[in-house]
Amino acid sequence: MNKIKSLDDLKRVREEALEKRSKTTVTGKAHIIVGMGTCGIAAGARETMKAVLDTIEAEKMEGILVTQTGCIGLCEQEPILQVVRGDEEQVTYGKVNPDVAKRILKEHVVEGKVVKEFVVNL
Amino acid sequence: MKNYRSMVLISNDPHSMVQGAQEIFDCIKTEVKKYQLEDEVSIAMASDISRMDIAPVVVVYPEAVVYGPMKIEDVPFLVEEHLYKGRVANRLQAPKKALSGPIAWLSAREGSLPAEQRIVLERAGVIDPESIDDYIIHDGYQALGKALGEMKPEDVIATLKNSGLRGRGGAGFPTGLKWSFVAGVKSDKKYVVCNADESEPGTFKDRLILEGDPHSIIEAMIIAGYAIGADEGYIYVRGEYELAQSRLKTAIQQAKEYGMLGKNIFGSAHSFELHVHAGAGAYVCGEETALLESIEGKRGEPRPRPPYPTTDGLWGKPTLINNVETLANVPAILRHGADWFKTFGTPSSPGTKVYTILGNVNKTGLVEVSMGITLREVISIYAKGMKSGATFKLAQTGGSSGSIIPASLQDTPMDYDSYAKAGVSLGSGALLICSEETCVIDLAKVLLQFFKFESCGKCNPCRIGNIRALQTLDRISEGLGTAQDIETLQSISKNLYEMSNCGLGQTAGAPLKDIINHFRAEVDAHIKLKVCPAGVCAMSGQSNLYK
Ligand SMILES: Cc1cc2nc3c(=O)[nH]c(=O)nc-3n(C[C@H](O)[C@H](O)[C@H](O)COP(=O)(O)O)c2cc1C
Repeated sequence: MNKIKSLDDLKRVREEALEKRSKTTVTGKAHIIVGMGTCGIAAGARETMKAVLDTIEAEKMEGILVTQTGCIGLCEQEPILQVVRGDEEQVTYGKVNPDVAKRILKEHVVEGKVVKEFVVNL
Repeated sequence: MKNYRSMVLISNDPHSMVQGAQEIFDCIKTEVKKYQLEDEVSIAMASDISRMDIAPVVVVYPEAVVYGPMKIEDVPFLVEEHLYKGRVANRLQAPKKALSGPIAWLSAREGSLPAEQRIVLERAGVIDPESIDDYIIHDGYQALGKALGEMKPEDVIATLKNSGLRGRGGAGFPTGLKWSFVAGVKSDKKYVVCNADESEPGTFKDRLILEGDPHSIIEAMIIAGYAIGADEGYIYVRGEYELAQSRLKTAIQQAKEYGMLGKNIFGSAHSFELHVHAGAGAYVCGEETALLESIEGKRGEPRPRPPYPTTDGLWGKPTLINNVETLANVPAILRHGADWFKTFGTPSSPGTKVYTILGNVNKTGLVEVSMGITLREVISIYAKGMKSGATFKLAQTGGSSGSIIPASLQDTPMDYDSYAKAGVSLGSGALLICSEETCVIDLAKVLLQFFKFESCGKCNPCRIGNIRALQTLDRISEGLGTAQDIETLQSISKNLYEMSNCGLGQTAGAPLKDIINHFRAEVDAHIKLKVCPAGVCAMSGQSNLYK
């Protein structure tokens, strides 16, 4: 990694990162974000994350970007999982246990049907 | 989890009811429906907002405009102008001089306040906290680049001073001023310390920032180092916050790889080194001088002051200590400028505040809102109201060392100055909302138990005062109170405040003072009638505490 020496360097790094990001999302079908703050982890986010990764592996799903994030302030609704599918608007799900996560992957990510009963209205 | 955009309150005290408050309430409801705003506007009655000569009163939040005396024929105009078109209906406003009582506070609120505003939590829950690239995508390290490349240290401090940012660690000390104190001292070595001890019960805002956006604190500390002339910093993180510590360490490693930490940052002459220090576990370690002792490897006991850390801090060197939330504001202020920051909040307390909402409400959790909103808004809008059947009785701010806020102060803008004027404090940002099922004696007992446990024992007023206060409260709660007890509690409270060595003892007496000032009748009922109106205290006739 070259060190950042100026604002121009920073801009370049930013653009590279953006490009890397857009490549994965354009070629990919979906971006899945799991809330992994202490509140999320205490509510079982690690199990949820594991279920997501296992399902992707088991079903040989391709082009799905999985990332983590911190708490968004809805600790009561943890574990929280967000799905961005192509150009569609981001959907936030609450109380996502491993079974719900598998359902979301199957119904929303693959088939494109939002799993309404677990959606959190922000 | 829909948030209302506006809240309308109609006074329903007896006088207002005679003047047709119910009809006005119904009419507002119908009109709001007409414009299909019922999902955006919450409408409620409140008994404690009116005044004879302007009854019935209608208050519209978030602008906090007071209308009155309200006539039914003006309702359609009011709804159309204010709620539909979003303009204040000037001609219906109550005359400023008629504002007194609880709503008098509202005139301190200037301008309109937007709903939830995220400056500090802008990226928390949005970015991947373990990816520096993600931080950079979201404008990260631009403030640092700007500071090092385009600003002199004194410009950075001037911007901060100008922004009016005040410390979010509890005391509300002007941040720019503190930075200039440390910058003004000549020394071969200086330190920047981030106070992330966060041991106030019920407060978890700092953890959320550290876990969700660790680079923002690192960026702010490097900027602070540049502004005050320090080349080394410590982040003192509460011991239990293991995830926060590991994310910080990851972030520091990444920042080093990108050359943000180390020598000649951004090609400038500025160098900075950063360490994570795990907290020692005691509440008092969050007090800044005890924190310094703890970093130095000693027992976490507060130092006598003066001298202050700004001149004699870590290992005797000038040291800047700021809270996590304070620092998290810095990059945004440098990026957007002081004037932008001042568009949030009130003139005396610009910016936002992060609150952790707990207690008897429908939605607990975390919000970041402009300074100067009222408790009533927090409860009705952000907390989705009290749980069904519960009425709001009091709020406990700031973990333990805040204040007990009675319902009569729920229209006081929550900013440092208004709260100071009302004799209460904002504390660290925890808001424990209690219903009428809470007994104030019981609440005070819980708080004093905490202070007794956490008192380091170094100074007598705190060590002995807390135990004596707890014993007295316990006797009162068991039906053994005497008329003398009120005086005893008052004198303990005063002594704690005046004679304790540090902030722990100084604030420990606040709950005693608060319950006597605001809930005297309830305290008296325990003492004179031997009943607990809330039905919480045992009143067993025996007290065995620390015999
Ligand atoms: C007993 C006690 C505990 C404290 N705990 C904390 C704490 O956990 N976090 C914090 O930021 N400040 C805490 N403070 C306040 C600090 O002493 C200090 O005022 C603060 O870190 C200054 O930062 P600021 O100017 O950014 O607010 C505590 C103070 C006292 C007296």
